[in-house]
Amino acid sequence: MRNRLALRFVALGYLFLLLAAPVGLVFWRTFENGLGPAWEAVTTPEAQHAFWMTLFMVIVAVPINTVFGVITALVLVRHRFPGKALMNAAIDLPFAISPVVIGLALILVYGNDGWFGGWLTEQGIQVIFSYPGMILATIFVSLPFVVREVVPVLREIGTEQEQAASTLGSTWWQTFWRVTLPSIRWGLTYGVVLATARALGEFGAVSVVSGKLSGETETATLFVEQRFHQFDLTGAYAASVVLAMMALAVLLSMNLVNSRRRS
Amino acid sequence: MAATGIEVQGVSKSFEDFQALRDVSITVPEGSLTALLGPSGSGKSTLLRVIAGLEQPDSGRVLISGQDATRMRPQDRGVGFVFQHYAAFKHMTVFNNIAFGLKIRKREKNQTRDRVHELLDLVHLNGFADRYPSQLSGGQRQRMALARALAVEPKVMLLDEPFGALDARVRKDLRIWLRRLHDEVHVTTVFVTHDQEEAMDVSEQIVVMNEGDVEQIGKPRDLYEEPANEFVMSFIGPVNRMGDAFVRPHDIEVMLEPNGTSKEAQVDRIVHLGFEVRVEYTLHDGETGWAQLTKAEADQLELTSGQIVYVREGEARVFDPGDRKAPDDGDEILAQG
Repeated sequence: MRNRLALRFVALGYLFLLLAAPVGLVFWRTFENGLGPAWEAVTTPEAQHAFWMTLFMVIVAVPINTVFGVITALVLVRHRFPGKALMNAAIDLPFAISPVVIGLALILVYGNDGWFGGWLTEQGIQVIFSYPGMILATIFVSLPFVVREVVPVLREIGTEQEQAASTLGSTWWQTFWRVTLPSIRWGLTYGVVLATARALGEFGAVSVVSGKLSGETETATLFVEQRFHQFDLTGAYAASVVLAMMALAVLLSMNLVNSRRRS
Repeated sequence: MAATGIEVQGVSKSFEDFQALRDVSITVPEGSLTALLGPSGSGKSTLLRVIAGLEQPDSGRVLISGQDATRMRPQDRGVGFVFQHYAAFKHMTVFNNIAFGLKIRKREKNQTRDRVHELLDLVHLNGFADRYPSQLSGGQRQRMALARALAVEPKVMLLDEPFGALDARVRKDLRIWLRRLHDEVHVTTVFVTHDQEEAMDVSEQIVVMNEGDVEQIGKPRDLYEEPANEFVMSFIGPVNRMGDAFVRPHDIEVMLEPNGTSKEAQVDRIVHLGFEVRVEYTLHDGETGWAQLTKAEADQLELTSGQIVYVREGEARVFDPGDRKAPDDGDEILAQG
């Protein structure tokens, strides 16, 4: 009994010191001077634009990563081809590489002096210091989640249900919609939620490729940094709170999904 | 002559360096119930999957109802397939599992519902329509899988070790049930099993397979009484080896006094299995075997272990020495019981 209590104390103490206390302090500092100043700080046109930018990144990057994540997972689990181990390792690259490095790498490819940056500029498409680059960066950092959540589920369900569907007259596409997708839906949901949370919080890579143009290419995380550097602590904390709430909403929805699965 | 349900012509299939099927040809008469029997690794499941289109043969042809199906996709072959581990759609109710093929074919709703209820009746699962597969027992899941395959009125039914994952009691019940079902539905059926008792109990024709080859095709009784080689004899029913000869245990006579060609033997063990009594013995030259007696015969002899008796083979068979080796899996031979 005592051991169990001690174990619980260690786990909760660790979480409190490292997670709850700092986040809680941010909340406290935000509303230190009441709701008014905080509300004003996050409703300026600049702030609103930054939140919309973040949402925009999520709305574009997450669906793309979902579709390609499922395809990649299917290929990894169901196909055998040379270089598969390499591909499997490459999926985890965004986990291994610092977002700043990812941002710099994108500049090397798409920047004006990059591989196809020059050509793209001639076509009138600007990638770096613009939305396409920011979306690319967001996609890059949130890419592994769907694949990593779906692969084990696909392994577990095996191929027999799909074979049964095909003997019952189902085409590949029908089998995918009616059998495969419903079977992986929980893993997929989990992956989408994690990818969303990651995309919401992305800072490093986007910071490098965006150019941080206030009111233009500034996302919520960049806005927080910008406010902080301008000594507008209330603004920085208030925007942080909004970001945290968005992420919390996503995580809560995941827990909701999880409890639905158990029942 | 009966019409042909399935014809397999010279099919070979390899997986990497393992040859699963070697130039296999079989004919399954329309409306019959045929068993593919063999030890694991004999190619029987691969042959079934080739017929279903779940595997592509390296060479050879598959004809279903006289039509060349070799290059057809599984969904176009009109086959029903039942898997050993049910392959139930776990996220669908029993109703939706059975209705799957009908929904794919975009049947009218009322028609689908009536057909599903008809099938639920047939497989004795009324009242289970709204359950999920996880709420069913193994036997019920397999009956659901059968109903699901039957729903689309396949030209042939293919069952891959359908009772392999079930316990002994349920297995026996289900195979009686399967035979009755076949009498009702009369669809050409091929099922794979490694259990020769199951094959003999259920089927009208047995294809005995070993190492990718067909050893013999025939009616259960013909295989038992006229086995083509050592392998078939020892796989279909129990067998004793006496020198070069093979004898069924029930063809061994146990006597208390020497008589003509009888051989002296020592009783090692007596196993009482109800009506049947097994007498295990060792011959003078160290060869072991067992005789199958009825309880009455055994009672009359009043045998005890360690006792010296005289055994004589009634009907023994000698095969060409060039023939295949007997299966080494002793358990499967004794499973006959």
